[in-house]
Amino acid sequence: MPTKEITESQLDSQLVKEVEAKSHTKVSSCFQCLKCSSGCPLSYEMDYLPAQVIRMVNLGLRDEVLKSRTIWVCASCETCTTRCPNDIDIAHVMDTLREMALRSGKAEAEQDMRRFHEAFLSAIKTWGRVHELQMIGTYKLKTRKFMEDADIGMEMFKRGKIKLIPEPIKGRKAVKKLFRKT
Amino acid sequence: MKVAYYPGCSLHGTAQEYDESTRMVCKALDIELEEIDDWNCCGASSAHSTNDKLSVALAARNLALAEKTACSTLTVPCSACFQRLKAADFRIRENAELAREITSLIEMPYSGNLEVLQIIQILARPEIVERVREKVKKPLKDLRTVCYYGCLTVRPPKVTKVGDYEDPMYMDVLMQAVGADNRFWSYKTECCSGGLAMARSDVTKRLSGILLNMADEADAECVVLSCPMCHANLETRQSALLAERRIPKKIPIFYVTELLALAMDIRDVAKLWPKHLVDPRPLLVSKGLG
Repeated sequence: MPTKEITESQLDSQLVKEVEAKSHTKVSSCFQCLKCSSGCPLSYEMDYLPAQVIRMVNLGLRDEVLKSRTIWVCASCETCTTRCPNDIDIAHVMDTLREMALRSGKAEAEQDMRRFHEAFLSAIKTWGRVHELQMIGTYKLKTRKFMEDADIGMEMFKRGKIKLIPEPIKGRKAVKKLFRKT
Repeated sequence: MKVAYYPGCSLHGTAQEYDESTRMVCKALDIELEEIDDWNCCGASSAHSTNDKLSVALAARNLALAEKTACSTLTVPCSACFQRLKAADFRIRENAELAREITSLIEMPYSGNLEVLQIIQILARPEIVERVREKVKKPLKDLRTVCYYGCLTVRPPKVTKVGDYEDPMYMDVLMQAVGADNRFWSYKTECCSGGLAMARSDVTKRLSGILLNMADEADAECVVLSCPMCHANLETRQSALLAERRIPKKIPIFYVTELLALAMDIRDVAKLWPKHLVDPRPLLVSKGLG
């Protein structure tokens, strides 16, 4: 990993307070034991290790964490949260950072992950449940990756695993309201 | 025993065989499942990854609906749904202010008195295991299995309340009860990549490839699991992994309930085999279980 010099003007002392308030966990109690990072199955895909993300939050490197790849390749397996000796809910911190990145328009890396989440949530918003075929269709339209995994889709379709008709729930309006009000 | 049942979207779609085998097994074991009325998607990783409050609210609507059934226990076969419902339940119990906000959003009360359990936690109760043992008609003798729990049934233990989260035994106990030659391995709770499968299938191939190789190293002939996401990730990537010579061979992936139904000789379970992307019939025939 290349070393980068940090200038004082990059440091945002509000960041740690904001993240702690949103994730209900004490990020500042991290003593960099690296237990989270050694157990992380996705660390090989990350630009910053989970422990480094926590350190960056403590330092106040807002743009660097919000633009990082790490927050989007985290699979939420919760190994870090489970093993942290300081009881920091690191997986929740990752959720908080993703949400902050989206809301501030700073999300940059792993665009397809965001498109997937958008497609997934739009299915829930429409029907109350996820209709897999529609969700996949929406994702494909967003990414233009029409042929990727088409073979697997065909195999599933042949076996009757993919439903053609969505299952709208009666409480669709109530579910839509949850989207509107949160 | 009557329990409220939340199948979730996968069990009504790509994981129909999990829903059907769960219903078969529960019926045989006198566990009455009452599907909660008009349930919605739990929000899965997409909600909690992008909108914290929405993720709690979507899950909480289901908890409130489950409470209306008058059952004291809610069971969820999908590990991802289980963890979302359990996490919402935990957050609501822990934080009175959030509880007020959420109940006002969903416009329904939620007392927080519901016990939320993954289906394997019910099936592995000693009295149920005893019932399973009594009902075994076709012991899965010589079938070499490894049980794979993945992440979201066990983690984080503060939320899931699972004690042996690094080495869970629920499915192992069940496989032993039906006579399988169950193997131990150290990959029970490793991650399969979960919701990364669509956008980052390369990651899914890598992580599921590790799991399949480790199952092979434990000399298992199949993997037994209890999560639709793990099932899809382990099953659908095998053709590509084999073509790239990254796994030695394809192996069937079973939902634990399918193997319980098979051992209890519930005929309808055979209808589920054609739904598998890796056909389990040659293996079952070779073991006299076809």
